[in-house]
Amino acid sequence: MYGYIIRRILLMIPTLVGVALIIFVLMRMIPGDIVVLRLRGEGGAQVTDEMIATERRRLGLDKPMWRQFNDWMLGIAKGDLGTSMWTGRPVIEELDNRFQLSLQVALMATLVAVLLAIPLGTMAALRQDRWPDYVVRVFSIAGIATPAFWLGILMILAFLIVFKWMPPIKYTPIWVDPVANLSQLIWPALATGYRYSAVATRMTRSAVLEVFREDYIRTARAKGLMEHIIINRHALKNAMLPVITVIGFEFAFLIGGLVVTEQVFNLNGLGKLFVSAVGTTDYVLVQALVLVSAFTFIITNFVVDLLYAWLDPRIHYR
Amino acid sequence: MSDIAADREQGRTWVAGASAASVRFFHTKPLGAAGLVLVLVYIFVAVLAPAIAPYDPIDIRYDAMLVAPSWHNWMGTDSFGRDVFSRIIYGSRTAMLVGFTASFIGATLGLLIGVWSAYAGGRTDMLVQRVLDVFMSFPLIVLALAIVSVFGTGVGNVILAITIPMIPRCARVVRSSALALREVPYIDAARALGFTHSRIILRHMLPNVVAPYLILLTAFMGQAILLEASLSFLGLGVQEPTAAWGLMLQGGAEQYAESAPWLPIFPGIAITGSVFAFNLFGDSLRDVLDPKLRT
Amino acid sequence: MRMRTFSFAALAAAVALASLLVPAAWAQSPKRGGVLPFVVPASDFPSMDAHQETTFAVIHPVGPFYSLLIRVKTNDPTGNALEGDAAESWTVSPDGKTYTFKLHPGINFHDGSPLLASDVVATYQKIMHAPKGTISPRSTYFLMVDAVTAQGDDTVVFKLKFPTSAFLPAVAAPYNFLYKADQIAKDPTWFKTHINGSGPFRMKSYTPGASMVGVRNENYFKPGRPYLDGFEATFADKESVQVAAIRGGRAYVNFRGFPPTVRDDLVRAMGSDATVQESSWNCSLFAVPNSKRKPFDDPRVRRALNLAVDRWNGSKYLSRIALVKTVGGLVFPGSPLALSESELEQVEGYSKDIEASRAKARELLREAGIPNGYKFKLNNRSTDQPYKIVGTWLIDQWRQIGLDVEQQVMPTSTFYKALRGGESLVSMDFNCQSIVNPTLDIAKFISSDKSSANDGKYIDRELDRLFEAQMREPNQPKQKALIKQFEQRIADNAYYINTLWWHRIIIQNAKLKGWQITPSHYLNNQLEDVWLDQ
Repeated sequence: MYGYIIRRILLMIPTLVGVALIIFVLMRMIPGDIVVLRLRGEGGAQVTDEMIATERRRLGLDKPMWRQFNDWMLGIAKGDLGTSMWTGRPVIEELDNRFQLSLQVALMATLVAVLLAIPLGTMAALRQDRWPDYVVRVFSIAGIATPAFWLGILMILAFLIVFKWMPPIKYTPIWVDPVANLSQLIWPALATGYRYSAVATRMTRSAVLEVFREDYIRTARAKGLMEHIIINRHALKNAMLPVITVIGFEFAFLIGGLVVTEQVFNLNGLGKLFVSAVGTTDYVLVQALVLVSAFTFIITNFVVDLLYAWLDPRIHYR
Repeated sequence: MSDIAADREQGRTWVAGASAASVRFFHTKPLGAAGLVLVLVYIFVAVLAPAIAPYDPIDIRYDAMLVAPSWHNWMGTDSFGRDVFSRIIYGSRTAMLVGFTASFIGATLGLLIGVWSAYAGGRTDMLVQRVLDVFMSFPLIVLALAIVSVFGTGVGNVILAITIPMIPRCARVVRSSALALREVPYIDAARALGFTHSRIILRHMLPNVVAPYLILLTAFMGQAILLEASLSFLGLGVQEPTAAWGLMLQGGAEQYAESAPWLPIFPGIAITGSVFAFNLFGDSLRDVLDPKLRT
Repeated sequence: MRMRTFSFAALAAAVALASLLVPAAWAQSPKRGGVLPFVVPASDFPSMDAHQETTFAVIHPVGPFYSLLIRVKTNDPTGNALEGDAAESWTVSPDGKTYTFKLHPGINFHDGSPLLASDVVATYQKIMHAPKGTISPRSTYFLMVDAVTAQGDDTVVFKLKFPTSAFLPAVAAPYNFLYKADQIAKDPTWFKTHINGSGPFRMKSYTPGASMVGVRNENYFKPGRPYLDGFEATFADKESVQVAAIRGGRAYVNFRGFPPTVRDDLVRAMGSDATVQESSWNCSLFAVPNSKRKPFDDPRVRRALNLAVDRWNGSKYLSRIALVKTVGGLVFPGSPLALSESELEQVEGYSKDIEASRAKARELLREAGIPNGYKFKLNNRSTDQPYKIVGTWLIDQWRQIGLDVEQQVMPTSTFYKALRGGESLVSMDFNCQSIVNPTLDIAKFISSDKSSANDGKYIDRELDRLFEAQMREPNQPKQKALIKQFEQRIADNAYYINTLWWHRIIIQNAKLKGWQITPSHYLNNQLEDVWLDQ
């Protein structure tokens, strides 16, 4: 087991370096230039080539590519994510409260998803190919089909038109003012949570169905055990494994994948930062963001795998 | 891994008795059948768009801007006086084009890479897996956004941006199905007979991973349509004046929500409806083809 | 040149006079207190050091923390009159080459230290000659300055190389925040992340990408100001969010502006809770063909593009959906040196007989050998208002003369790069100025080796000559004649294809008082006169 954990951790390194390399190259392929953007701005200022060259030098953009990559990797190894080329602030400061926000929305969406998915999915499996199954499936497929950002737009519209109310547009940490915090974040959590729950509901349904086909459940049924005991003791517990995988997978995606929803609700999270950083071609910031979300993704998957091993005694990792 | 014999069984059923299977499909999977019908309706609309649409979707009419739904304009007009209904009809072309092309290329390349990786085994497989790992750890939209930023907007680049993140997702699943086949006696036999690698892969391995491939293909269609809408919503997808649903949602939802609520509502329904149809169909297809596959 | 002085006594008199004329809402006596929430329509500002930046996203949230030496008069709808801010008055020598500014006594920085003439000198030195590690995009505005020196603690003297009307507007640029000399000396980059101003508000907190909160500066040098206890500026780059925020009372105003449809929406929804102010906007929007690339190196092709555009009708329609409206030339319409409507009609492309113009355009295309259905790409910025909307409209205009144009939308940084690098074929372009000043308006259009903001990449010495001549021409009618020639030359060669000037619409919560719309969103942002009626 320990050997397995260590090997997995070691395997993360080449993956992360690969991610770093790809985003590094991709960013430099974008035909934009942060210096021109910054100097030119909206005011039609007269910017000489010399000014541009000076600024590029200051940002280290005049160095050869391999040097830039090397410097970046060395910095990361020392735990330094670099300095945003746009704001001049350390990336870690830029991420600070945005990570908080994205994490909270992702957690809340997960909660919404779990609370909906497990009862609904189980019910659908128990009544397979009968109307509750159809209703749940239509509900969950609709969830996958509805763009979360559209749902968000409709929510805001409904609030404004019906209640003449708008969720706060400014983030307040939950420990400062839980009411203000929740009245802002609950809506995006619901909008993304619905889609997320749909994925999890489907997984729950098929996992429960699958477990029902296993011999020991048939045996239990044959022994005449009461239906709900079977469900609670046996089926659900075993069915949870794939469900956990799917929840973990989606959660990891949400950290960096809330891009569009954050736009709709004006959430100052990682996704919104990513879009604006790509817009300004802020290499350092985009690279750091991608690395952080990839890292979160990999770690989450790893944790899910460990959880899997812990829950299912049949699995042995070598 | 699942039962190999069962896999082969399914493969054969699919190839041989497709028609029988579809009859059975309609009987046992009414939801899936409904989805299939809906998918066909969308395709039908896309193909026959010029015949169905009452107006030219890019025809600007300044005397009819932001007109509410009426007999003349069933879904109203947008800020340029263009008929929303016609734009939705033509938008289905963009959606189907992006959906089919991106998912087909993405799933197929994924299929080839997956099978090849499984067949080659050893170091190649290991290396391919690591590369796939790398691509998998990018959030879908993040990778797509970066690609569009590099290559620019427009239908072709949007398709590219959506296709690339799909490849590893398909390759992953196909590989694990194919891996189970690698050591199967008849593949060994084929090798012993001196068949070329490509022949073994194409003739013997591919047909056996058709089920997961098809399932992913249908799932990707919906995802591709959603992703296209998201990119358009961020302003980085298909561009005006081309009719595209996500694009319509962006303009409409942003500025005219109060005075013209039909603008955010109809394109949203069009998107949801099409993705819904593909998933409804895909879901039942999965139940039929491979109830154990978790995709 | 006549002597010009300005004092606060004069300001007081002017305000007293104005208050007799302005509507009742304005005459109400201001109330003290309250916090003003507003949205900044951007995702964040690059840094807090406006000397180094070129965006309103710094001015709106950071401007209230600083004083300027002189500024465009607050709450003045013309946007071209100047007044002192930290300077109590200023004088110009008879030869027009020496400007002497006298500072208002008793101005203190937020850290308690006094603002002295040496601080002003250090500030302008930093702007004119960017110290190592900093940049200054407007340093070229000060090419006429020979030296700037302090005389005692309260007098600043600028010596010029030649007299020019472009000097005072350069000094009054809203980006020229007054900094403290020893802080500049210690670390010129300090101001990117810190604030020590002398303006009406002090910074309370800043959350990157989210908000800037300011509180009243109790030691502000103007008595009784500011009225507000503070402000809270929230970044929101999505227009739907800005609109919803104003509608839901989360913000009282967006000081940049909204398109007309938003105005209609909000007025319908909020009724008397919303107040609307409108003004022409000192920003114009162009399409610019690249004069160095085929087929747009042929003036006939460029002229065809220009002739196809129906500005008069476009104004009628676009002003309902986009934030553009005014038909005009290169100089801010309605300002003293701008072309009148009848003069404009004489300029190629501005004829009201659009069918004749388009027939001419088709003819020119035929002569130039451009086939019907000729395809090319229009580069555009990935911003709806007004770029993509006007871009979509232009494509339709060009469709009328048989051109098949595809809109290629790119993120802003890519867009600028292509524009500057001459990689674009035909691109949208714009010119946004703060102070209404024709020299600044047209400086963009001189030959590309002299103006780096010339995105058409042409060289035309006659244009350069006209520009220089008008800059040094003290007689206004003569200056106007020179500018007219300049405008006609641009149109005859279709170096730039003017579309429409922007139109600024501010929708504010009715509680917000004491703020008058001006022709520029870079102006009138210190907020010391703003108050809340609640």
